Amino acid sequence: MSFLRFSTVTLSVLAVTADAAEFNLQPPVTSIARDIYSLHTLLLVITGVIAIVVFGVMFYAIIRHRKAAGRSAKLFHENTTVEIIWTVIPFLILVGMAWPATRTVLAQKSTRGEDMTIKVTGFQWKWRYDYLDDNFGFVSHLATPQTAIEGDGVKPVNYLLEVDEPLVVPTGKKVRLLLTANDVIHSWWMPALGVKQDAIPGFVRDTWFKVDTPGTYRGQCSELCGKDHGFMPIVVVAKSPADYDRWLAEKKKLAAASADDPNKVWKLEDLKARGEKVYLQNCIPCHQATGKGIPGSFPALDGSKIVTTDKAAHIHIVLNGSQKNPAMAAWGKQLSDTDIAAVITYERNSWSNHTGEVIQPKDVKAARGGKV
Amino acid sequence: MATVTDTQHAPHSHKPSGLSRWLTATNHKDIGTLYLWFSFTMFLSGGVMALCIRAELFHPGLQFFQPELFNQFTTLHGLIMVFGAIMPAFTGLANWMLPLMIGAPDMAFARMNNWSFWLLPPAALLLLTSFAVPGGAAAAGWTLYAPLSTQMGMGMDMTIFAIHIMGISSIMGSINIIVTILNLRAPGMTLMKMPMFAWATLITAYLIIAVMPVLAGAVTMVLTDRHFGTHFFNAAGGGDPILYQHVFWFFGHPEVYIMALPAFGIVSHVIPTFARKPLFGYTSMVYATSSIGILSFMVWAHHMFATGMPATAQLFFMYATMLIAVPTGVKVFNWIATMWEGAMTFETPMLFAIGFIMLFTIGGLSGVTLSVAAVDIALHASYYVVAHFHYVLVAGALFSLFAAIYYWFPKMTGKMYNERLGKLHFWWSMVWFNVTFFPMHFLGLAGMPRRIPDYALQFTTFNEIASVGAFCFGLGQLIFLYNMLVSIKYGEPAPQKPWEGADTLEWQIPTPAPYHSFTEAPDLEVAENGAIRAIKGGQHH
Repeated sequence: MSFLRFSTVTLSVLAVTADAAEFNLQPPVTSIARDIYSLHTLLLVITGVIAIVVFGVMFYAIIRHRKAAGRSAKLFHENTTVEIIWTVIPFLILVGMAWPATRTVLAQKSTRGEDMTIKVTGFQWKWRYDYLDDNFGFVSHLATPQTAIEGDGVKPVNYLLEVDEPLVVPTGKKVRLLLTANDVIHSWWMPALGVKQDAIPGFVRDTWFKVDTPGTYRGQCSELCGKDHGFMPIVVVAKSPADYDRWLAEKKKLAAASADDPNKVWKLEDLKARGEKVYLQNCIPCHQATGKGIPGSFPALDGSKIVTTDKAAHIHIVLNGSQKNPAMAAWGKQLSDTDIAAVITYERNSWSNHTGEVIQPKDVKAARGGKV
Repeated sequence: MATVTDTQHAPHSHKPSGLSRWLTATNHKDIGTLYLWFSFTMFLSGGVMALCIRAELFHPGLQFFQPELFNQFTTLHGLIMVFGAIMPAFTGLANWMLPLMIGAPDMAFARMNNWSFWLLPPAALLLLTSFAVPGGAAAAGWTLYAPLSTQMGMGMDMTIFAIHIMGISSIMGSINIIVTILNLRAPGMTLMKMPMFAWATLITAYLIIAVMPVLAGAVTMVLTDRHFGTHFFNAAGGGDPILYQHVFWFFGHPEVYIMALPAFGIVSHVIPTFARKPLFGYTSMVYATSSIGILSFMVWAHHMFATGMPATAQLFFMYATMLIAVPTGVKVFNWIATMWEGAMTFETPMLFAIGFIMLFTIGGLSGVTLSVAAVDIALHASYYVVAHFHYVLVAGALFSLFAAIYYWFPKMTGKMYNERLGKLHFWWSMVWFNVTFFPMHFLGLAGMPRRIPDYALQFTTFNEIASVGAFCFGLGQLIFLYNMLVSIKYGEPAPQKPWEGADTLEWQIPTPAPYHSFTEAPDLEVAENGAIRAIKGGQHH
């Protein structure tokens, strides 16, 4: 460690000391988060006082009751009254803590009376949000580019906490989240909202929040979910109800406009270009930009037998996942026929793969209809 | 007070020599030594992994390791420290000291004792070599949560097998401890008089026997889900991923106390010795330790507040967890009352014991904060938790182990350790431990999740401080190693009882402890906490 580096650290400690927010929970923007904040402050004060009293007595003894001060030990070794007192007092303190805590636990669990419901699905490694009342949804990916992550690449302000499609919610409305996951357990953590709820594959859990003030709030997945656990952030944008309605209308119009015609016949270049986008969003963490995969964990696509020859097997494994390696998800559940056709076309015509083949959306549709 | 010395028999008379002394060891002291060196080796390898983690986290961005290797480091760091370093170290100490403290000739099942130890190195090899197999080592966190743990390569199978082996080893070790304590105490050494260290290891041994099979069950279900088509943790087949967590933490929470109770035992000897006063509240200490042991079975789901349990379950586990603070508080108050009005000196074991009390109390208080389910929602799986359990495990278990090694080193080796280096080791560890782990509280509060290889920019400063602290803390452990190696060889000869205030049975026998001690049981008159008032008979050679 160079001295220079170390003094930078020391300097930044001083800089941070000026900014108390770095030392505490994020500023709360929901009633639950405010409850948590004040509960934590209460606990900090109580435990702080306990620590000061206990350590105070201990250090008094250390300073005064030492042999070097010429003392001889007093040999007492029990005192029932004292022992009862220091059993009962902590118990009473705990009861005092449990009372406000119980109220907040019950409030956290009371998910009824919602104004709207959003289904949240965790994937390795992204989130999908479905607005159940409005019948549309989208996937939210990390927006920080790979070049910024590697080594000492230039980091944007919201490094690792930025997404392409944030979850947009109206302020002042009770939003109920239904959470589940597609592969492994994820956890949806939004500190400013006071919400953390695991998303469990095959099960639905719920939680809720009601944001007071418009703004952008940032959080992360908080349950280890594999390789890119650290790279699936959550961004919530809270808008006033009027702005939210405008956003919703816009969003629905866009979704309708970009709907694919499942019977369209695509040209190689168009489909490959679309496939590249799909590949970047979904396949790159394991199979890598180079298509070489990660030896031992994730197989290479570049030069792979399935990718260069067996078309049917290629469609099958993308649609239904791998029997041998559970890390290969069944993408049929997540992506449209057009996206799957596009990404397969991309893979069959990239790196050293030059099959020249175009997989059309209807091929994928036919494969879906076939045996699993 | 009679002192038993036996100069007729040289202490090194009947021992096999060379490698076979260790491979075929049945002597509790040899096996204890094996355990201690094994656990120190594991401590260093787990420590190197911790330093790899801290190196990667020094700056935002990926500099040294890809995320999958980073996850392997966090996983193996946890598994190795828990099962390879801390648990075997306590078993090793129990092996070495228990027979000496209760007047037994050896552990009850000497040959089983040999096997308990020699199962460990193969298990450690499985864990360490799993880095080299296709797919690398297990990367699902030390908790091995399903279904993530069903995705890994064969490194996960090696880990599961290693856990099975280490589980068998610690169960056998525990059977030995229980039988030794219950059946081989010398006349006069009654249960309610015996040393707190014996009480603590006895209760720990019961906990181990109760919960290691539960862990074995959990990982076996993962194994069959992986390879034999079962669906214990797969909803599509009627299973439930949360079942794994319930089973795991039913093991995992008592495990926390398996790593803490022996520490309580050690500190309950070191503090009285250097305060030159009997332990305050011996009886309530025994009851507090037992009730912590029992309560530890009723709080497991406080690790699962974020899984979405019903409100009643959140509340039950919150109340039960808070309740543990009461007996734990009683213990801390008893230690401080033991120091009160004493005539204290501050040799290295005492320093580590006081450091233990202080840091363990901080870890306990952050534990109270975490027990409040409402607040845990904000802190669960964050760096606050990392700070909390390192205060309990490093400053708790590890510091107590250092206290124990320095305390009993003269009896084990016949030499004195270097006091100046010992004190340096303490102060160095104390300072850098806090530099490493205290800022992690802030990181967690501010919203940094644990187990991530890279982080947002606002977390940079505290991560830099923590990484600097970790490297210094790690280097400081070499002071300890150096002190041990040099003192074993060149240390000053130790007297039979180097500590003025020590009053338990192990200080009544020659130094170094004869190879075979108490081959004939002594007749003892004992006061609370194993303090020897009179001793008759007893043979060593």
